[in-house]
This record gives sequence, C-alpha cells and structure tokens, in this order.
Amino acid sequence: MKVGLFIPCYINQLYPQVAIATLELLEKLGVDVYYPANQTCCGQPLGNSGYEEDAKGACQVFVENFKQYDYIVGPSGSCIYHIKKHFDILEQTQEVINVRNNAYELCEFIVKVLDKKIEGASFPHKVGLHKSCHGLRGLKLGSCSERMDAHFSTEELLLNQVKGLELMPLNRKDECCGFGGTFSVFEEAISVKMGKDRIQDHLDNGVEVITGADHSCLMHLEGLLNRNNQPIKVMHIAEILNNSI
Amino acid sequence: MSHSEKATLFNKDEAKVNWHDKALWFVREKRDTAAHKVKGWEELRNLASGIKANVLSNLDEYLIEFEEKAKKNGIKVHWASNAEEHNKIVHKILVDNKAKKVVKSKSMLTEECHLNPYLEAKGIEVIDTDLGERIVQLAKEPPSHIVLPAIHKTKEEVDELFQEHLGTKPSNGNPEYLTNEARKHLRDKFIKADAAITGVNFAVAETGGIVVCTNEGNADMGAHLAKTHIASMGIEKIIPKEEHLGVFLRLLARSATGQPITTYSSHFNTPAPGTEMHIVIVDNGRTEQLSRADFRSSLSCIRCGACMNTCPIYRRSGGHSYDATIPGPIGSILSPGKDLTKHSSLPFASTLCGSCSDVCPVKINIHEQLYKWRQLIVKDVKQPFVKKVILKTTGWLMARPKLFNLLGKSGRFMLKYAPRFMVYSKLNAWGKSRELPTIEKENFNQWYKNRSKNG
Repeated sequence: MKVGLFIPCYINQLYPQVAIATLELLEKLGVDVYYPANQTCCGQPLGNSGYEEDAKGACQVFVENFKQYDYIVGPSGSCIYHIKKHFDILEQTQEVINVRNNAYELCEFIVKVLDKKIEGASFPHKVGLHKSCHGLRGLKLGSCSERMDAHFSTEELLLNQVKGLELMPLNRKDECCGFGGTFSVFEEAISVKMGKDRIQDHLDNGVEVITGADHSCLMHLEGLLNRNNQPIKVMHIAEILNNSI
Repeated sequence: MSHSEKATLFNKDEAKVNWHDKALWFVREKRDTAAHKVKGWEELRNLASGIKANVLSNLDEYLIEFEEKAKKNGIKVHWASNAEEHNKIVHKILVDNKAKKVVKSKSMLTEECHLNPYLEAKGIEVIDTDLGERIVQLAKEPPSHIVLPAIHKTKEEVDELFQEHLGTKPSNGNPEYLTNEARKHLRDKFIKADAAITGVNFAVAETGGIVVCTNEGNADMGAHLAKTHIASMGIEKIIPKEEHLGVFLRLLARSATGQPITTYSSHFNTPAPGTEMHIVIVDNGRTEQLSRADFRSSLSCIRCGACMNTCPIYRRSGGHSYDATIPGPIGSILSPGKDLTKHSSLPFASTLCGSCSDVCPVKINIHEQLYKWRQLIVKDVKQPFVKKVILKTTGWLMARPKLFNLLGKSGRFMLKYAPRFMVYSKLNAWGKSRELPTIEKENFNQWYKNRSKNG
C-alpha cells in the first residue's frame, strides 16, 4: 500500500511540526509514506470565496501529484472534504475519481483503512476536542449533536487509546469555532466572537490542551489564546497521537 | 450596509450578543430534546423532503387541484404574480367588504409583500396579533426571526414600549403582567375587526383546505370573529394529501421551538355561514427560484426557523443584520434569488459549518447552496478590486508549484523578521484580535528534504 502524504499549504509553511508528527505517526503504524514535493494547495480558500473556477489549476496539480497513490492522507479535514466534495469542477477522468475516492483525513484513515490502535502513546493532560465542522458534518468523522444518530467519534476513539489522556466534556460539543477560511477576515467581528466563545467553553471545563483534526480552526483559536494570554495550549491530534513517553 | 458591517455594530454590545446567543441556543437544545423523543426522526425528515420534492416537481397540477377543491368548498381563490398584485387584491377584498379594521396573524409572506404599509397608506388599520409581531410593530421594526419575531428585544425593552404605546405601568419587565396587558389590548382589536388576514402553513391539494399553526390562537380568534378571512400563501405551501400533515405537523413545532405540536393547528376548509373566505396564492419570484436547479429545493422550506437557532453566526449577529424578510441561513439562499446585488454579502455570512442543513426538517442542503451562490456572486456582482486580484493571483500561483513555494518562503521570512507594527497594521484584519502563528525556522518541505539527505 503506497500512501501519498498531503500536507496542506498552511501546515507546510506555518506548522511543520504537525506535518512531521503526521508523517512519523503513519510510519510508526507501518505505512509506506511518500511526500510528493510539488504539491501546492487543494484550492479550498478559493472555492469557499466563490472563485472555484480560478482554483482549477490547483486542483489539477493536486491530481497530478497524487494520482499514483493507493491512498492520499492529510492532517486536515476541511482540505480532504474539499477534494472529495468540490473536485467536481474538474473533468471526471478515472484519475480524478480515484483521487477523490482515495483521499482520507488522517484519523479516518487510521480507524477505517488501517484499523489499527495507537500503541505506546502517552499524554497525561486534560484535553478538549474541537470537532471541526467539515470533518464532522462533511466527512462524517462522528455523529453531530443536531442529528439523532447513535453517538460515535473517530477522534475520540483514537484519543481514548492514549495513556493518561483525560478527554474533557464540553457544554457545546460541536459548535463551529468561527474560522471559516476567508470568513475569518471578511466577517472578523463574528469570527472572533465565535472563537472566544469556544475557548470559554474549554476554559469552563478545565481543559489544558485543545486538539482537533483540522489545524486551521486551531490556528484561529491559538491566535485568540495567545493574544489574550489564556492558559490553554493548542496541539493537532497527530502531535498527541505521536507523543510517546 | 453589508452583513459583516451590521454584525460588527451588533457586536459592540457583547453582553447583548451573549444573551441573544444563549436565548436561541436554549431553543436549539429544546429542539434536540424533542427530536430525540421521536423514533425515526431522521426517517421523518427523509419523508418530508421527498414529499416536498414531489410537490415542487408537480406544482402546477397540485395548485390547480387545490384551487378547484377550494372553490367547491366555497372559498374564493385569487392569483398574484408579485407583491404588488397581492397587495392590490387584498385591498380590493377589504374595500368590497367595507373593512376598515384588520387583524393579522403571523405571515412572513405579507411581510415580504410589505402589506402593512400599503394598507395603512390607504387608511386601513392593520394590527399584528401575534405577540412578538405586535411588539415589533409597535417598535416600528421588522421581525428579526421568523418564529420569534421580537427575540432581539429584552423584556425590559418591551416594558418601555408598552408603557409608551399601551399605557401600561412600569413593571421591571414582568412577563406575566405585560402579556396580560397585551392580551387585553388585542382582545379589543379582535372584537372590533372587520376582516382577518392569516398566513398559511400548509395548503392541502386533495381537500382545498388550509392549515394555520399558532401558539396563541390568534389566527382562530381573528378568522372566527371577523366577517372576512383572507389567507395569503406562497405557491410552495402545497402538500398533496391531508395525511401528509402527519409528517409535517410532527416536524414543524419540534424543529421550531421543541414543542411536540403547536398549541393550535387550525384547519380552515370552508367559510362559516354568513362570512367570506379568500385565499391569495402568490408567486413573487418563486417560479424563478424553481427554475434554478441548484436552488429550487430552497422552496421546500416550512419556515420553522431551526436553521436560525442553530446558526452560530445568526445567534451572534441578530436577524436584522441580514436586512432581508427571511434572515439566517435559509434567508441567505432565498434572498439572492430576489436581488443578487442587494443580498450579495449574505451567502458569505457563513462558515459553511453545515449545521443548518442537519437541523432542517425538510433536508434543504442550505450550506451547499450558500457555496453555490458564492460562485455566482463573484461573477455577477462587482467585487472589491483588491480581494479579487489577491484571490485570482493566488489561484494562478497555486497551479505553479515552484513559484507557490517561493512565495510561501518569502511570506514566512516577512512574518518572522518584519517589525510588529508592520505585521499588525490596519490592513491585517486577522491580527486585530488574534496573534499570527509563530514562524519556525524551516517549513516542512525543507525539513523533509534535509531528512531525505541525512536518512
């Protein structure tokens, strides 16, 4: 099984530690991982801003980079969702169809495809899980609070395998953090208010570290936490799962 | 003003935002509890969605069937292609029946047609009889929510409003006292009314009857006391059979307020002896929306307001920030169909979190339609020059890996070494209330190259 590692552009530039943790974690799980050097961006920022036509070139580059792999795995639910959902703007060649079908968010890949447990990971802290919307409602990584389905959560399943980790309950289990890509700047006031409210929920419940499977949401929350000097750390779920004694 | 500008103003009073958010979240949670008690809730949503899809595909036939049956029942049926025609028809019925005083129960359609100012200009008194509607009518404001029209007002504000308009005593916002006073005031209006206008929740094609849902019984009070009853409905309110009410009535109140059913679900099938009943069937842009393949299912909406209660943006920006008859997520996919330029900021007033589509009792894919509207808006409505150039250039760069990587590197260099006052300038909306990420010494590309070299 050959896996192409998809590192979203902002993670590549701003959060290399998340990419490193993703790569190391997959390798620990025995996966044969390749990193195509010419990758750029999935085109999501353009699509969500109304410019998906202008993102066609980026989508094509993506397909070129990843068409040869059995699976495409990336540590960002919203990017993977964009590939699966919005690459419909390309001509649906077999290559495009394969890329869309074989793209997986990291946690989902570990649980559904590898069906492996996280062994040897340890993280003795109180953790709050931010369930990012595109992963939750788009990729269906878990059940969401407004639907009447049986409870499940891919990320919780994995976090519960980490020694010493205490998953803290939240008052609003899956409310949006307000990042929303360009929404974060064009609707700045609401975006900031939503983020502040999410953080307050984690503070109220004694969380020490906020984690999640989409680092763009975490970047937004971290930006607020750092500005307001609040005592919570932010880590991508790959960093926690890759954390051993 | 755009949605974001209005939302920014609303957010100047953070305590009020918190209160507004909590009040609506409370309703959302009530809805969750009520829905959990129904076995097969998700299946019920599938059914409702299917029935509405059938209606939209056969609307012409169902409307004609409905008209025929209604006429047989002694109801007079009128057709209006737009708001102006609707208002003229209603006015003519009132004139023909020498009606000067009108009571009206809740109807978003008459809001959409701006019926009240039209009739008032012609010397007719129109009193909104739903308590929330009456409050906003007294305050000379539009409703900010389709089910809870005065949700933006605190009880203290209502207290002051009633003192001014109804002559009540100061009560520190005592809800019981204020409701009782409103009740006395409205009883008087009901008794003196010449005609009653109601909306329509469901129009049953097979029977020619209509169903109106209220919690206050004000539709019944109006329609039963007055000599003339006028019901205004959009063409999309049709359901094929009476038995389908078993699906929709179960979904409507639970989705709207978490009640198992509205206090009154009133069936009007035929005028009482000595009275007249009229139904005005209105298009006003609906067939145009029906013709848009990507957006037609927005016409399935049963106006429960659940998408507003769940929307994290609506809860924190208030209904008036949308500047449209129907605010919130559903309004943001309906309004651009009416006036794309005026409402062009609405589809962007969303993070596309998708919660609206999940609560929708008729499963409208609201967040996907928001995305689709965005694609049309940037083509058809003039965009800010800088935003357009930045996004288009980014798209161009993303298709060129070497340049894109170079740009990423220089961006990192700038963020790492530029002085703070430059990075956190007025141009940086991100940095107004948020820090930017700290920049590591190498990006992942570089790290990976080095590892390969050393490994």
